[in-house]
Amino acid sequence: MKKEGEVRIPSGCAICGIFSRDGSPVNGGTIAKSIALMHNRSNGLGGGFAGYGIYPAYKDYYALHIFYDNLKAREETERFLDSHFDIINLSKIPTKQVESITDAPLIWRYFVSPLVHKIQDSQLEENEYTARCMIRINNSIDGAYVFSCGKNMGVFKAVGYPEDVAEFYRLEDYEGYAWTAHGRYPTNTPGWWGGAHPFALLDLSVVHNGEISSYDANRRAVEMYDYTCNLLTDTEVITYILDYLIRKEGLTLEESANVIAAPFWSTIAMKDQEEATRLAYLRKMYSSFLITGPFSILVGFTGGMMALNDRLKLRSLVVAEKGETTYFSSEEAAIRAIEPDLDRVWSPAGGKPVIVRLNKEAIV
Amino acid sequence: MNMIASRYRINIRKDECVLCKRCVRECSFGAINFNSEKNTITLTHSKCVDCQRCAALCPREAIFITRNQNTYANNHLYTANTLNEIYRQSATGGVLLSSMGSGIGSVHIYFDHLLLNASQVTNPSIDPLREPMETITFLGRRPRHIERGKDGKLVDNLPPHIELSTPILFSAMSYGAISLNVHKALAKAALRLGTYYNCGEGGLHESLYEYATNTIVQVASGRFGVHERYLNSAAAIEIKIGQGAKPGIGGHLTGTKIIGDVSATRMVPEGIDAISPAPHHDIYSIEDLRQLVLSLKEATSYTKPVIVKVAAVHNIAPIASGIARSGADIIAIDGFRGGTGAAPMRIRDNVGLPIELAIAAVDQRLREEKIRNEISIIAGGGIRNSTDVVKAIALGADAVAIGSAALCALGCHICASCHTGNCAWGIATQRPELTNRLDPEEGADSLVNLVSAWTREIKEIMGGMGINSIEALRGNRLALRAVGLHEKELEILGVKYGGE
Amino acid sequence: MKTIDAFKLNEEELKQEIRNNQDIEVDNCLGQRYLGCALKEGNIKLVGTPGNGLAAYLDGASIYVKGNAQDAVADTMNGGLVAIEGNAGDALSYAMRGGKVYILGNAGYRAGVHMKAYKEKRSLLIIGGCTGSFLGEYLAGGTIIVLGLNCKPGMKLTGYFCANGMYAGKIYLRTDEKPVNLSDKLEFHKLDRDEKEEELRPLLEEYARIFHLNLEEILASDFSVIEADPQKSYKQIYAAV
Repeated sequence: MKKEGEVRIPSGCAICGIFSRDGSPVNGGTIAKSIALMHNRSNGLGGGFAGYGIYPAYKDYYALHIFYDNLKAREETERFLDSHFDIINLSKIPTKQVESITDAPLIWRYFVSPLVHKIQDSQLEENEYTARCMIRINNSIDGAYVFSCGKNMGVFKAVGYPEDVAEFYRLEDYEGYAWTAHGRYPTNTPGWWGGAHPFALLDLSVVHNGEISSYDANRRAVEMYDYTCNLLTDTEVITYILDYLIRKEGLTLEESANVIAAPFWSTIAMKDQEEATRLAYLRKMYSSFLITGPFSILVGFTGGMMALNDRLKLRSLVVAEKGETTYFSSEEAAIRAIEPDLDRVWSPAGGKPVIVRLNKEAIV
Repeated sequence: MNMIASRYRINIRKDECVLCKRCVRECSFGAINFNSEKNTITLTHSKCVDCQRCAALCPREAIFITRNQNTYANNHLYTANTLNEIYRQSATGGVLLSSMGSGIGSVHIYFDHLLLNASQVTNPSIDPLREPMETITFLGRRPRHIERGKDGKLVDNLPPHIELSTPILFSAMSYGAISLNVHKALAKAALRLGTYYNCGEGGLHESLYEYATNTIVQVASGRFGVHERYLNSAAAIEIKIGQGAKPGIGGHLTGTKIIGDVSATRMVPEGIDAISPAPHHDIYSIEDLRQLVLSLKEATSYTKPVIVKVAAVHNIAPIASGIARSGADIIAIDGFRGGTGAAPMRIRDNVGLPIELAIAAVDQRLREEKIRNEISIIAGGGIRNSTDVVKAIALGADAVAIGSAALCALGCHICASCHTGNCAWGIATQRPELTNRLDPEEGADSLVNLVSAWTREIKEIMGGMGINSIEALRGNRLALRAVGLHEKELEILGVKYGGE
Repeated sequence: MKTIDAFKLNEEELKQEIRNNQDIEVDNCLGQRYLGCALKEGNIKLVGTPGNGLAAYLDGASIYVKGNAQDAVADTMNGGLVAIEGNAGDALSYAMRGGKVYILGNAGYRAGVHMKAYKEKRSLLIIGGCTGSFLGEYLAGGTIIVLGLNCKPGMKLTGYFCANGMYAGKIYLRTDEKPVNLSDKLEFHKLDRDEKEEELRPLLEEYARIFHLNLEEILASDFSVIEADPQKSYKQIYAAV
């Protein structure tokens, strides 16, 4: 059987997220409780989480989470890491035996800092250097897969139901200002853990629900800019598009949303002149990054989160607020499961991003 | 001694014929005549080209054309056509001349080996009649990066684009090769459809300047009728390097056709031959192309996109890459099956590449060089229907150009006799009694119908795939699966085999 | 009336309780799917946030929800009554053929998509707040009313592409403002006093009673109606080969 990456696997899903705008810590068990309510939307073939602000003691170091199929892959990877980074700390990621989670790979965590002279030699800035090193491990070291490499954030994922995955990774031991979660419903078995979501590059992580119809147009477009879509999943290509638009092209989150979920031309025509010009410009400039077909996504990044639906709103997405906390979910009940008494609940319109950020005073 | 047996036989059912002599009047090739002494119709089968004009207009449907049943000795190597070509050349010493696109069967029509996808369950199909379904296409150059003003707002740094309501244009066909009425029909249709026609290399007739917003003017090696007003009376300018039917070959419009308005429009004296040199003599290398592109932009104050049209030849991928770096905004690729008003037959049937392979190779190469997004691709040469359009776009084209199919909408039956100038349908001729047969308004109606019907079908197909905007189809090769092709072809087309 | 606590039951037990009891109140609903599915009789009160597929194929029973409902409420409903004292999600009343669905709050995208009417069956959907895009898409019969009560200033009653593909039935809006980009295949006109009294009042009476709203105040506003123009069908143009 082909594993994910050798074959494209469509998936349905559940997603949810929590963002604490004042930066107050949210326990990983909370997000697990929320996603667990949407058990029916997953089929046990993938679950995962991304937490932000979870490694305050190492916040200036890249936190690498790596799956190894065998010891040899680990040795080879560590040799590579040693020659490119200062490894400040390394350990197995603590896990707990869970009956339903089987075939676990070796799961290691490293806190690293790029070697200064290597960065200088590469003439790249730190993020780009690190991203390229991680992509190199994933492409060239057989049996090694970096699935998380941002600062002060981490992805935890496995083949299984999300609530079991949370238990497996002892998510209740982590606290962060933001969490996203994903329960996957792939049409066939992904064969390995790397296929689970969130998908992340540096601190940018994406969870996604739906199957996009523009996949190959988007993939071939983003692969022009030194990205390689190894997993052939929608989430991967969406992550790369956002990374390209935001980190490399310098678009704002709102502008990126206007690209990937561009309004219809007929809708653009109804806007005032300046806005219509702006929207038409973005659509023409980045036409290959228009994503069609159903999607709802949650994009996590350092200090913020964005939720976005496709322009026809073919997937559900609910946003709610309680005090300084914003909640996102495929279903309202999953929010009520962790916060029954909400100040406000609403469904954002298709193509209209909802963006939350840490309050300035909260960023210390 | 004439060794060449007639290709066709004209058959008139005597019991149906009422001797109305319509066929005699319609036949512009002299194959059907009337003998008034004997009061009978006389047939000269050798002159029949099977244009179907007589059959179509016979009020009794009494006429049918068949292949000549007289058969040469059965031989796979020396077929009747092969023998006839030898006989013709041994009798005349001439280069074989033909027209329209190559129809030889030994080269795959790859479109017919590609099947389209549709949504089932994992994502929804879309009903194009009731939900928005966008076919609007913009063609032109894109800058590499965005720019922001001092206020942080995005600056519109896009060079001029042309906007098409549907990703179909009309290919370049020159006045001279086709009649003015055909140009008028194409211009009117382009205006009504929100797309563009291309006046070809024979200049722009005075009566067509009013269609400037929907006109693409061509600058070919002969530079006929090219002047400042010509360039500035168009939505875009096309530099013609070559065409699919005769890559590397120039053109030759004989002095007998350079009469009246053709002469005036081309700005060539009456009766003098109009030669289009094989190359542009100001382009002997790729850097010279840049010079021509920029000089045209200079002449039009950088307000119009410049298209460079080339034939699909073996090196099409690096050629396209060179064009993309020349400052051109759009590259038009004309495939092996592209039509022509006249071309040496050996060239037409043996030089170049099918458009499907060319699109795939060019799109892939431009991506590998990271410049695909900077330039648009128009594909032409053998686009016969809406699925050819969809497949061309899924392979990587931005839009397609149709020539032969558009002429078929005006009556053409692909008899491949354009070079005779006797077109009975009034298309590829300048004989007034023939050109009068085509009414520009009716012709425009047919063209509008054709392109509208294709657009409806394109929307239906896109809806089935759950795609509601044409740009999400472009280069989306997972929308295609191949059948009956081998590994190498799949690799070049970049598509998977059915069932994969 | 029996009262049960959904927290204390698993989803299967909960659905069994609802099926077995004519009159029941369920507290602490949270995401349980298909509640009231295909029920022919009974009065069910649900408190909390019932899950997707609430009242699908409902065939005569009455369901009252105190709280918000999620997606696909009253899918292919054939008869009965659903009243939601809160919001509803996307694809509300898809292909509903008969019965009444009353929403006090807002509805999501594609509310009333392909609702129908057949013989004595007349589907009725009333939304107290505003709706997302594609309201009444492909409407094939029945009636949709959107009141826009308590909508924020500047907020439109409907989103984009309202009533696209509608070919029968009626959509009443409590406004005289035409929805944006309304298809030119549809008729839009303001109701006169008689039309309001004769057509709307009877439709709204029960709704106002259930949610304790002042009908006279509601009816005092301007109303408009969208109908399909029978002269302009959406039929595809075909050319038989």
